[in-house]
Amino acid sequence: MESFSLILAIVVVTALAFDFTNGFHDTANAMATTISTGAMRPKAAVAMSAVLNLVGAFLSVEVANTISKGLVDEAGIRPEVIFAALVGAILWNLLTWLVGLPSSSSHALMGGLIGATVASAGFGAVHGDVLVTKVLIPAIAAPLVAGLAAMFATRLTYRMGRNAEAKASEKGYRAGQIASAGLVSLAHGTNDAQKTMGIITLALVAGGAVAPDSDPPMWVILSAGIAIALGTYLGGWRIIRTMGKGLTDLQPQQGFAAQTSAATVILASSHLGFSLSTTHSVSGAVMGAGLGRKGGVVRWSTATRMFVAWGLTLPAAALVAAIAEWVCGFGSWGTAVVAVFLVASSAAIWKISRREVVDHTNVNDHDTPAEEPAGVVTQAIAAVTPPPAGPSEDLSATIPAPPANDPQAPSAASTV
Amino acid sequence: MKIDWAALGSVFGVSLVVTVALVALFTLGITGLSRRERATAEGRSAALAVTGAYACFAACAAAVGYGIYLIMA
Repeated sequence: MESFSLILAIVVVTALAFDFTNGFHDTANAMATTISTGAMRPKAAVAMSAVLNLVGAFLSVEVANTISKGLVDEAGIRPEVIFAALVGAILWNLLTWLVGLPSSSSHALMGGLIGATVASAGFGAVHGDVLVTKVLIPAIAAPLVAGLAAMFATRLTYRMGRNAEAKASEKGYRAGQIASAGLVSLAHGTNDAQKTMGIITLALVAGGAVAPDSDPPMWVILSAGIAIALGTYLGGWRIIRTMGKGLTDLQPQQGFAAQTSAATVILASSHLGFSLSTTHSVSGAVMGAGLGRKGGVVRWSTATRMFVAWGLTLPAAALVAAIAEWVCGFGSWGTAVVAVFLVASSAAIWKISRREVVDHTNVNDHDTPAEEPAGVVTQAIAAVTPPPAGPSEDLSATIPAPPANDPQAPSAASTV
Repeated sequence: MKIDWAALGSVFGVSLVVTVALVALFTLGITGLSRRERATAEGRSAALAVTGAYACFAACAAAVGYGIYLIMA
């Protein structure tokens, strides 16, 4: 660690920041269904997810090694390129969080890497066919696979369980949901925390601080695990709300079917060699569960906006990263400008997000613009409770969202 | 361009079968347990249903264990 240059330090910090955004962006994947069906209280759910993410980060270094060993080494990658890539990915993650849309953090990172590489080495450095096989097809396949599985599973569980006692089934589905959500969290920790470890290790190798082909150092594993766990615990409540309440209304049976389908798809895909995005799988599973219940509805307007965000993720992150790389090319002051820009725009996005706070107290309210009173109440709550008091948490967890504001209502408000 | 249709197909098949099977097992377990509640309410015993229910839940727990094993592998 002797030759630890400034740019390297900046890259490491930025990578941890990305890891953090990744954590709170993807809390929804594991916990949205659990929270919206009331299987766990919001705070308890994110705490459990955070712990499992942290544990997952220590389970293996397989994914980190695929990134840091060999995947990108032919690019002769410089720390500045990685920095620019991370800037693109972070900004896209924050932006989609602000509008409450689930999108793949991995795609954002990939987009950032592609954009930064193009800006530094030209279009020839990007393999178009890899883009199709690794990004485009999985993005279409994941929601389809998870959605169909969740739909059939939902149908089945409603049909088989119609004679079951309400009390026994409520307890049962709750336990089932918690188990499958835990699996998703653990898988997320092993996958996504390790992506950051891989990136940091890559930067360390590129900067000459660590010998090529070495495993991630312990402090890298530790800090990446902690960053993603902190992000997860903070909870991307906006995205949780969209996923748990915005796409469809989930009952415990549906939540269980959706989460089981998502966990299965994620594990099956990563072990059968066709990696699918966690976010895409969970979103698809939630929609499938929505379609599987008789009388269930999927709010296609929200779904459409989500699909648009998926489509934009890669190009948008790539564009920002390309610009960042271009500015970094002007030398140290260029890098400084990009760093300042990153901090300033992150602060601005956070500032905008405070206009309408979404946190564990109101994560299950799905209010729509058609319903003025609900909106007013939410805003009043938002105005009154910037650090929300303890008891209100219990209240909002036990009182289900009013059924009045569901089916066809446009869901623009869920995003703000 | 080479798309690994075989891998995609197997992900599709495995996910579908495993998800539906797991959810079915779990639902069976839940119906078994609720049969016990009904039986105790009527003063009968439902040992068979309960044993079946716990067998179903054990199978689900095994699946979760296998999932954790896959994550660690």
